[in-house]
Amino acid sequence: MAATLSLDCRKTFPRGLTVSVQLELPLDPPLVLILFGPSGSGKTTVLRCLAGLEQPEEGTIRFGQDLWVDAARRQVVPPQARHLGYMPQDYALFPTHTVTGNIEYGLSDLPQAERRRRVSEALALLQLQGLEQSKPRQLSGGQQQRVALARAIARQPQLLLLDEPLSALDAPTRGALCSELRALLTRLKIPTVVVTHDWTEALTLGDRIAVMSEGKILQVGVPQEVFSRPANESVAQIVGVETVVQGQVSDSAHGLATVQVNGIAMKALAVDAIGPSVYVCIRAEDVVLEQAGSGMTSARNHLAGRVDAIDPRGVMVQVKIDCGFPLTAVITRGAVEELRLAPGAPVIAAIKAGSVHLVSRSVV
Amino acid sequence: MNWIAIGVTVKLAALTSLVLLGIGVGIAYWLSFSRWRWKFLVESIVALPLVLPPTVLGFYILVAIGPHSPVGRFYADLVGHALPFTFEGLLFASILYSLPFAVQPFAAAFDQVDRRLIEASWTLGASKLQTFFKLILPLSLTGVITGVVLSFAHTLGEFGVVLMVGGNIEGETRTVSIDIYDEVQVLNYAGAAKTAFFLLVVSYLVLLCVYAMNRKVWAVWPQR
Repeated sequence: MAATLSLDCRKTFPRGLTVSVQLELPLDPPLVLILFGPSGSGKTTVLRCLAGLEQPEEGTIRFGQDLWVDAARRQVVPPQARHLGYMPQDYALFPTHTVTGNIEYGLSDLPQAERRRRVSEALALLQLQGLEQSKPRQLSGGQQQRVALARAIARQPQLLLLDEPLSALDAPTRGALCSELRALLTRLKIPTVVVTHDWTEALTLGDRIAVMSEGKILQVGVPQEVFSRPANESVAQIVGVETVVQGQVSDSAHGLATVQVNGIAMKALAVDAIGPSVYVCIRAEDVVLEQAGSGMTSARNHLAGRVDAIDPRGVMVQVKIDCGFPLTAVITRGAVEELRLAPGAPVIAAIKAGSVHLVSRSVV
Repeated sequence: MNWIAIGVTVKLAALTSLVLLGIGVGIAYWLSFSRWRWKFLVESIVALPLVLPPTVLGFYILVAIGPHSPVGRFYADLVGHALPFTFEGLLFASILYSLPFAVQPFAAAFDQVDRRLIEASWTLGASKLQTFFKLILPLSLTGVITGVVLSFAHTLGEFGVVLMVGGNIEGETRTVSIDIYDEVQVLNYAGAAKTAFFLLVVSYLVLLCVYAMNRKVWAVWPQR
């Protein structure tokens, strides 16, 4: 049997939330699993159970051959013995230790030469040279985040746990560091679980995604699949982005990028430091449908296609269109009648360039 | 000035705060980190010397270590003489009397340590003991020093407990505060004044250290 991380446990909080999850993650090849959901959905609890900082009342947690938790037999492997790299949301850097001291903290059982080697390796990998003797409070948010990562990976853990790794940063830093983090995780080849509520992070970092709500896992799968084919209404609402397709950036000028999706050229707002390989993400609310042959609009993208399916969703109607790639739009019932939409009918989908989001998938 | 009494007092205070550094840190750690629902029972016992008249505390200690109690008999069998009216008996009483002055600042400092830092330390492989010495102690150093200094200062000035447990033996249990009392009894105000002033200055200097250390902003020092 191939090694897996398997989780089947339940934890109830006095305030009422019951977290109950079943999850399997293959460990070979190492994957990045995203725990995705709104705040209060229990994703941090799952991460803390994996770290050994929270004990489930029921169930088991198994990492490969090791049984980490067996609640029935009251067996729990303490966090010290799980050989983890854990990065909490606020980094929890030790204020009394320097950058080097923080990174070295988990290496005390190694000989000094090896310890030095690991520290300088981690410093180099996260570009922290020159900050060795700084205290955490002298560092910027981005630097603190990198020190926390360096500390977590210096032990060469068998499992990396990252809780909202980018949420404490301001927006411009976040975008750049997200791609860096992706490159780092690809290079490290350590099984990783990342908690996030940001869909761009989920798409950039994840190989698998588990969508959580109210303590339960609603869907597990490859991020692109889960985003474009949510299993049910709740998942669709949580992820909020209905169209995710692969594309190649072919040109970027005057702040506008041209992306090729299945041979169709689309305009999107250019994003700095993004590789050629991207996910093109479009929210259904941002797609405007027009009758074929109507006039000009300000939207930069006019995609001709045919209606695939029409699904009523409350007051709104979800229209799936095939325009060279599957595209989802949400419009009102009135609009469906006025445009005389029916499966097979020709239609034009208009999307502003600003509503076409590009998410990096390039491996640096 | 009675230098012998001063010597006894300083020795007593130093040993008391040294012992309390060991015992107090242990008790404070337990009080701060235990999730036992009845731990307030222990907290109140530790705080008892703050409100109890020293004579009452002294009386119970005297009875507890006297030759008629099991503890007193055990000690007498072991060492050859009884505990009351000896320096060791006085030290034992002082430790109990100053317990809250050490434990409370220690526990307050441990309470201030961010639990997320401790969890991070555990995930980095550090045991609870390693975490204490590598992380918790450096983070609560000011509180620990405060506790040691306060219990030292508090022992310098104790009177009632010394009188009850220690008696008044020159060079053995006669402390500064007893000496001042004796001088006043024989109407030697000049002698009492000198020793009293000495105690006042020392106590003030000790407290000065505590407050200076706990002061957050030092304009002349680089920011911590």
